[in-house]
Amino acid sequence: MALYEHLRTLLRDEQPVALVTTIAGPGVGAKLLVTPDGTVEGTLGHPELDRIAARDALAELEAGRSGVRRYGPEGQTTPEDLEGSPTVSVFVECWAPSPQMWIFGAVDFTAALAKVAKVLGYRVTVCDAREVFATRRRFPMADEVVVSWPGPLFERRGHSLGKRDAVCILTHDAKFDVPAVQGALATSVGYIGVMGSRKTHTKRLERLADVGVDRPEDLARLMSPIGLDLGARTPEETAVSICAEIIACRTGRRAPSLRDGAGPIHG
Amino acid sequence: MKDLLEDIDRWRAAGLRIAVARVVDIEGSGPRDPGAAMVVNEHGEVAGSVSGGCVEGAVVSEALAILAGEEASRVVSFGYSDDEAFAVGLTCGGTIRLFIEPLDW
Repeated sequence: MALYEHLRTLLRDEQPVALVTTIAGPGVGAKLLVTPDGTVEGTLGHPELDRIAARDALAELEAGRSGVRRYGPEGQTTPEDLEGSPTVSVFVECWAPSPQMWIFGAVDFTAALAKVAKVLGYRVTVCDAREVFATRRRFPMADEVVVSWPGPLFERRGHSLGKRDAVCILTHDAKFDVPAVQGALATSVGYIGVMGSRKTHTKRLERLADVGVDRPEDLARLMSPIGLDLGARTPEETAVSICAEIIACRTGRRAPSLRDGAGPIHG
Repeated sequence: MKDLLEDIDRWRAAGLRIAVARVVDIEGSGPRDPGAAMVVNEHGEVAGSVSGGCVEGAVVSEALAILAGEEASRVVSFGYSDDEAFAVGLTCGGTIRLFIEPLDW
């Protein structure tokens, strides 16, 4: 029961982990336990199959998805290689903590964005330095409301942000959003959106340059002005356009209407 | 399975053998996502669920057969749209596939 014991410990500690189980084909019941640092325990019966399945399990874990995958007995993945050989079906079960969304600025758009983010499964943190605005009563849907400047929050917890997480800066106030952008860029967060008109964006770039944030690869990470071009007007519509952009950034899609394309819908 | 750790611990402490059934795949409309799990001990006691209550009874029979060594660990399908489906189906019209195995790993 060594594998189960390890899984149980990781689940109890809220640690991300993927369990790969052969459910059909040679070696039913064989297992791999995969953790984000690349540690692999157990075997599916062939080293190459283990390597490929562990690699895919890590990607699924990153996306927080569980599902069935099929391989050849030696880890083959392409249909031609699979022809004529028995297929190994594995169930990849992933336990990942909820992705985080940090929203800076306690404004009307924040409440709407926090609501939509909760529907999508985010753990939502609202942060503003102004004690009168950053209250639980105004943002009951948020998982936490932090009264703080951005810098200290990033220093304390920025390391917890990863590819699945999002930082949305809705302040439109240079003295708040410049340190928020700086803080976000210092993390490996997957999405950084900054609200404001194109004019505000241009001015913000100048202020960022003043504090030394001017590397093109850093500025390329900023989605600013924030959101997809849906013609959104209300805070709720804007929240949908922001969340839709976050999804498109994660999947690498350009986000036109499905009707107007021809490729596969999933994948 | 995360919600079932306490039940599993309790049963293991009592020396009971346990089977675990996990949803691995759904087609069409299904009540629970992949990863939904239930555990069954050798006395037929149950924790967790894998559907809206439509198929749990049949899962217990399968789990007990596997614990008794009458069946091997395997995938079972439930739903009206599948030829190999059991007589019990999902009221929502979808198909779910479960993998049932002894918790001996």
